[in-house]
Amino acid sequence: MKVQTILTEIKKSLTVAIWFIILFFPIMVMKVSVSRGVAQIQFRWNLILPIGVAGFVLSFIWRHALVWNESHGSAKKGDGAAMSSSSLTRRSSNVSVNPFSRSVGALLLLVFAAAFPFLFGMYHTNVMITAFIYVILGLGLNIVVGLGGLLNLGYAAFFGVGAYTYGLIWKYVGPSFVAAGFDPGWLFWISLPVAGVVAMLFGVLLSLPVLRLRGDYLAIITLAFGEIFHMVMQNSSDLTGGATGISLIPRPWFFGQKLAPGDAATYIYFIALVLVIITIFVVRRIEDSRVGRALEAMREDQIACQSMGVDLVKNKLITFALGAFWAGLAGVLMAAQTTYINPDSFTLSESMIMLMSVVVGGTGSIPGVIAGAMILKLLPEYFRMLAQYRMLIYGIAMVLIIIFKSDGLIPRKRKQYTFEAKETAK
Amino acid sequence: MEYFIKLFLSGTAKGSIYALMALGYTMVYGIIQLINFAHGEIYMIGGFTALIMGGFFYSQGMPMGWVLVLSILLAMFYSAAFGYTVEKIAYKPLREKPRLSALISAMGMSIILQNTVLLAQTEKFLPFPSYLPEFSWLLPYKEYINSTQFIILVTSTLIMILLTLIIKFTRMGKAMRATAQDMHMAQLVGVDVDQVISVTFILGSALAAIGGVLICSYMGQINYYVGFIAGIKAFVAAVLGGIGSIPGAVLGSFVLGWTESFGTGYISSDYEDAFAFIILIVILLIKPDGLLGRTQKQKV
Repeated sequence: MKVQTILTEIKKSLTVAIWFIILFFPIMVMKVSVSRGVAQIQFRWNLILPIGVAGFVLSFIWRHALVWNESHGSAKKGDGAAMSSSSLTRRSSNVSVNPFSRSVGALLLLVFAAAFPFLFGMYHTNVMITAFIYVILGLGLNIVVGLGGLLNLGYAAFFGVGAYTYGLIWKYVGPSFVAAGFDPGWLFWISLPVAGVVAMLFGVLLSLPVLRLRGDYLAIITLAFGEIFHMVMQNSSDLTGGATGISLIPRPWFFGQKLAPGDAATYIYFIALVLVIITIFVVRRIEDSRVGRALEAMREDQIACQSMGVDLVKNKLITFALGAFWAGLAGVLMAAQTTYINPDSFTLSESMIMLMSVVVGGTGSIPGVIAGAMILKLLPEYFRMLAQYRMLIYGIAMVLIIIFKSDGLIPRKRKQYTFEAKETAK
Repeated sequence: MEYFIKLFLSGTAKGSIYALMALGYTMVYGIIQLINFAHGEIYMIGGFTALIMGGFFYSQGMPMGWVLVLSILLAMFYSAAFGYTVEKIAYKPLREKPRLSALISAMGMSIILQNTVLLAQTEKFLPFPSYLPEFSWLLPYKEYINSTQFIILVTSTLIMILLTLIIKFTRMGKAMRATAQDMHMAQLVGVDVDQVISVTFILGSALAAIGGVLICSYMGQINYYVGFIAGIKAFVAAVLGGIGSIPGAVLGSFVLGWTESFGTGYISSDYEDAFAFIILIVILLIKPDGLLGRTQKQKV
């Protein structure tokens, strides 16, 4: 019996190993190079054995991990269904214990975040700023995807609108601004709200045509919008600098001081940190507001929601506008950090990374999205030692996370409303 | 007028290549409602396999006709194999999970496949030798159409007819249509859904491989990234026609091909890719379910 199972396991893994060898033979073993129009093939036979062994071992691990994941997941599900009534009370008590330890945790995290630039130096500070920018983007996109349930594949365009608003204000207003005797750093503070509003307008503009669309049609229209934005920026070279972009964008004003690069990074780090905190605060408030609940209802079922008297048109407009607003802010921050923008920072792959950070973290869950954005931005930075394997590992990590934790790293908790009085009376 | 016909024919040729890819998107979408972002990569792998295998056979001194046939067949085999494997690894475990998860998994797979080819082969653009023969009898019409375009037109028309026959008249085609209508119901009446999904991926990927070989011969070059933008375009074509609808995908592809061809010919070549997206937005504004998509009744 035991031997039998081992034999079948080996047989299965061997099949996979052979399949992998066949599958990867042309791509991995035969290396092509073209010289003078003739393709030359160089065989790398030494790669066959590693592919086979990897296929053998991985398929074994894979099968068992899937089975384990299945039993693990279903056990939890059964648990929830069986104890639906008792879990209600337990969850509500859970919440009442948490606040103290949670606020201590948040405080510690805040202290660490504040000390970060002084502990780790400029390189890591800059990396962290980028991560913060993606946290803001993730939280903004989460309003659209997580709360409103509208798939957006062109979110990078709003990010770009923000960055280009700052860039264009600098390019066209900047010279006369400086000539009038003001510090150019002020432009950052002026652009921040302006870019937010401009991005919001773009959000409304985009949502007008998509009001009638559903599901994936909406996703593809947002994708189209993103690509059009990218192409317009790329090709209108007299207005926006085209593919070369806009450079020498000023850093934010700091009491008229000209900061050294390290200090400037620290300063922007703190601006980013404050913006992240504001974003978290506002997004949480939105979730619990009338609008937030209407959005959640819209995500669950658009028709049912409409029949309950929720104005779908208004809600969709609000969703896109709110989502775009944060992207606009993040865009200005990004332009100020790098002092240089060009259209290639706002492509479809960028939108995909933003969407990944939301879904991998946990759609609709604020801590999840923060974790997702951090991981997606920090992993590739700190994987630089892996050099060219970086993106491959990135992709593998994405697929693994989503298969084994398909609700995201920190899944959204559904709000539960309990009637404790009745529960105890029973 | 001559210019118009030329643009029309080149748009048709382009459209028929898009169609070969869009069919894969639409078939997969029709059955498991997944935007298969890795489909473009499957097409790129098809092109690469043809380049590698063709190069190998050519260096062995095989006659050109055989090189062509063998490398296309192998490209189809390998694309299908990759499509099959990707589905088994990345989509099957997620079938009962939220749809966004499978979408992210598809994006991850697209990154993996791109980088596998990038690491194992090269990041540079490789010239793609033209395996396709030149027809001397087409020379008098060379203002309008060249041999490559002609072959593209004929091949893709034949393949689309073949696909229609498979879907309309075979047992598997019937099972595919049933699964597309209602997966659980199909399962109840004894359709092996796993098998149907595998066959869908295999068929779609094999079509993409043909598209890959044809378009790479047409463009004359290939690198690991060609699949991505072509995949997006083909997806746009599929949506344009109404995603999930097979005639829709073909019609959408032709509309897209013509739009690009006329747009670049008469307006500006800077915005070639933008025309695709603009026509998409315009058409979806008028017909929110695409050209041939059925308006779905929603129930609460």
